[in-house]
Amino acid sequence: MLHDLSIGALADRLAAKEFSSVELARHFLARIERLNPALNAVITVTAQEALADAARADARMAAGERGPLLGIPLIHKDIFCTDGVRTSCGSRMLDNFIAPYDATVVAKLKAAGVVMLGKANMDEFAMGSSNETSYYGPVRNPWDTTKVPGGSSGGSAAASAARLAAFTTGTDTGGSIRQPAALTGITGVKPTYGRVSRYGMVAFASSLDQAGVLAQSAADAAAVLKVMAGFDPKDSTSVDAPVPDYPALLDAPLKGLKIGLLREFFDGLEPRNAKLIRDALAVFTALGAETVEVSLPHLPMSVPTYYVVAPAECSSNLSRFDGVRYGYRCASPKDLTDLYERSRGEGFGAEVKRRIMTGTYVLSAGYFDAYYLKAQRVRRLITDDFRAAFEKVDLLAGPTTPTPAFAIGAKIDDPVTMYLNDIYTIGANLAGLPGVSAPCGFVDGLPVGLQLIGPHFAEARLLGAAHQFQLATDWHTQRPRGYE
Amino acid sequence: MSNWEVVIGLEIHAQLATRSKIFSGSPTAYGAAPNTQADLVDLAYPGVLPVFNGEALRMAVKFGLAINAQIAPRSIFARKNYFYPDLPKGYQISQYEQPVVGQGAITILLDDGTVKRVGVTRAHLEEDAGKSLHEGLANASGIDLNRAGTPLLEIVSEPDMRSAKEAVAYMKKIHTLVRYLEICDGNMQEGSFRCDANVSVRQAGAAKFGTRAEIKNLNSFRFVEKAIQYEVARQIEIIESGGKVVQETRLYDSDKHETRSMRSKEEANDYRYFPDPDLLPLEIEEGFIASVRATLPELPDEKAARFARDFALSTYDAGVLSASRELGAYFEAVVAALGQPHAKLAANWVMGELSGMLNRDNLDITASRISAEALAGLLKRIVDTTISGKIAKEVFESMWSDGKAADAIIEERGLKQITDSSAIERVIDEVMAANPKQLADYRSGKDKLFGFFVGQVQKATGGKANPAQLNELLKSKLAGGQAVS
Amino acid sequence: MSLTRQDVEKIAHLARLSITDREMPVYVSSLSSIVEFVNELSRVETADVEPMAHPLVGQHQRLRPDAVTDSDHHEKYQRNAPQVQAGLYLVPRVIE
Repeated sequence: MLHDLSIGALADRLAAKEFSSVELARHFLARIERLNPALNAVITVTAQEALADAARADARMAAGERGPLLGIPLIHKDIFCTDGVRTSCGSRMLDNFIAPYDATVVAKLKAAGVVMLGKANMDEFAMGSSNETSYYGPVRNPWDTTKVPGGSSGGSAAASAARLAAFTTGTDTGGSIRQPAALTGITGVKPTYGRVSRYGMVAFASSLDQAGVLAQSAADAAAVLKVMAGFDPKDSTSVDAPVPDYPALLDAPLKGLKIGLLREFFDGLEPRNAKLIRDALAVFTALGAETVEVSLPHLPMSVPTYYVVAPAECSSNLSRFDGVRYGYRCASPKDLTDLYERSRGEGFGAEVKRRIMTGTYVLSAGYFDAYYLKAQRVRRLITDDFRAAFEKVDLLAGPTTPTPAFAIGAKIDDPVTMYLNDIYTIGANLAGLPGVSAPCGFVDGLPVGLQLIGPHFAEARLLGAAHQFQLATDWHTQRPRGYE
Repeated sequence: MSNWEVVIGLEIHAQLATRSKIFSGSPTAYGAAPNTQADLVDLAYPGVLPVFNGEALRMAVKFGLAINAQIAPRSIFARKNYFYPDLPKGYQISQYEQPVVGQGAITILLDDGTVKRVGVTRAHLEEDAGKSLHEGLANASGIDLNRAGTPLLEIVSEPDMRSAKEAVAYMKKIHTLVRYLEICDGNMQEGSFRCDANVSVRQAGAAKFGTRAEIKNLNSFRFVEKAIQYEVARQIEIIESGGKVVQETRLYDSDKHETRSMRSKEEANDYRYFPDPDLLPLEIEEGFIASVRATLPELPDEKAARFARDFALSTYDAGVLSASRELGAYFEAVVAALGQPHAKLAANWVMGELSGMLNRDNLDITASRISAEALAGLLKRIVDTTISGKIAKEVFESMWSDGKAADAIIEERGLKQITDSSAIERVIDEVMAANPKQLADYRSGKDKLFGFFVGQVQKATGGKANPAQLNELLKSKLAGGQAVS
Repeated sequence: MSLTRQDVEKIAHLARLSITDREMPVYVSSLSSIVEFVNELSRVETADVEPMAHPLVGQHQRLRPDAVTDSDHHEKYQRNAPQVQAGLYLVPRVIE
């Protein structure tokens, strides 16, 4: 079936004219129409634009052009500004917002000839680990629709897992690509901070946010990342370093690769999860890698650190949503204060308000040193721990999440319990490191993800390791029942 | 009031004269239709990011070097968080810790001729806010974000000033300096140069400062002086009648000549400063600083000292002539054409007649209707006694209105001075003969009548008798002696 | 360390968020538990550790050339505005 093909295979067959880009787009649009209602993964379907994109791709191919993403259908997380198309960030605040420009990531993928099928549901303003905070309702996990798909890129993950597009884009601030990828059985990549432009990606926590990809395999992700990555002069935090040819580097042998196993990751891990991870590591050692025990002593502090830094930055980033120039405005404001308070109070959901208030608190006079400054110091300690570990090993490996997908509604009432879902992923964001989650098995029929973390700009090595793992296993080819 | 001491600190906001804004590529030109110079970054759209204009850094460093300040090797942008409609992001990108420019100082010339050092605590970069307009809008305010994102250099003085006049002198000095450095056009009507004044009073000799009030957005030297004077009187009155001065922000009402409390900023704002995560630390290297230093022009104090020294001018005159680079250049061009020995003459005319005309017609020196060379041409005719100083003034006025050269006017109107002694003597004789009573009175002791005779001779000669010769000859003839030819 | 209702009201005002009376206790309780959770940080020894604002090593701010690169698109942008008149964004009257 068309939706089973890898990006490479699709590109080849499009070039061989086995089918056209328009036919491919129609195929996926039909799947979305049929399968999305049960998942609520896609909140805006751009059927007309998709067919126009596809026709343009067909014309380019007819003119002799070839490209790895030419004519390939995708869905963008609704956090990326897409010119002329609603960009909601999963929030009532932007329910009426038609972005007047393309994010750099969107523009780059467009230039490569992708076909945009629509915008994916997400936790509101990327704040959440279960995609239950969206104004548009929760997203359901295709493996079990009573369960969450993870978040905040829950819609992207569910759409990818259900093969509603060839791949989807997401963002990862505390694990928001890796964690939902793990819970939905797909491959998610969070690049090094600064590798991919943040221009046009609505900001949550500026020093942590990164754009990435959720795909069927490391090989597919490599093809996409090669296009997404690169220096952007419009983003001052974008790094001016050449982008490696990730697809060409996937086959680098793993012999001699040193993989660090974090003691802190394995402490207290649920036994069946732990077994899957150890089995996965055995695949690596069989391929010639060696595992080394390492410890990042400050890592357990990563969640409290994150929940000071991220809210602080977001409390400031979200101040621009005030009902004046775009977005939601309350009815009949009686004065300026009322305009602000009610537009924001009514426009934002509870988790967003909680984080804005947390952030406002930790930055406020009298608390700044004890919270914000303190957290940034602990952040440095965590980063130093990682750096020390990478002097001994090439990659770190462990679980992506503490448990597989949990039930919708199970954790949403207690923020701190929800926050602890990110316990394995957050450290990489604090240190700006790249991370990949790849499927490595099932517990009770629900996917489990293996996480690999590398030093700065080690995406090629991470993708290569994940790719070699996927050549030796077939977890990533499994389909949720009903979505074959 | 003699036991009260006034303490003033000024925060000056100078708009830097860059072509584009500090964090976006929008133009900074003044006067465009509302919101036509506000791009996505200026409008704080979701997803946009700031990118820093290097020219703003160059200009800030230039200023720092001109006031002999420390330039930070590493400088950080910080977010100042508060809600206001002219601040679209809900925060201003500014600097808090590690500003670009650290401690420096300038000197000001006081009325009594003494020189006073005024410290500058720091100068930092930040972005300007937009504007709120109220006219013609019922129950609403209209926000124009054209100005949002224009680069500002905020210059913070030490609280070293002790009177409104000192504050104005400091403000004028900074104004002159930023224009010399070509980092700011200093146009106060357009809002390129604004000042907030922090004013407090205390008993002379007290160790601590009194509670201060901040008067915002003063955009003329006159307003600064008047606002401070009003505020000082207001604070003294409060204290003397047993009250306490409240720390608050006030506005100067130039119609009512008073300061009043700003209602909208009454609550103390917790700005929650933190380093802006969208911008990286600025590394300011020695090489960069050296390249900026190489572009420093001769500074106002240096120029004034040189004028005083080379042209034997008073400190005051040298100061006036160096108030702008253009005026200094004009003056020097006059001297170059006229000759250094006559620098004082040039100085008097530039500060006197020329400045008078420029003021009358509201022109800047760069728009002077008489060029430096042309003025020198006129002054040469005084020096060579072709005309008297008095006649020269008439010629000057004609030059200004008709645009003709001095020589042409002198020739056309036959204004050459009479320097032939016998010709002058003949006229003196005629005047003396025509006024026997005054002659008798003068000779009997009424010295004041000397002026009468001078006037009569000048009347008869159409003002062209050389004054010095006339004086000498007249004195001699009136005394009854024989003229000496 | 628990937050009081007054604390939360103050924070909500600083952040310009309206919180209804009904919602208030929920926020007081959840914010208190979050603050308690992050208080864990006080247990970490951080004397002489520099705060880390950016994860980028050895990077400093790039300087953009001083060039005008934008043209006027206000009509397009103002299509998103809730209230515009004569090119101005309208808000309730601001009294200074």
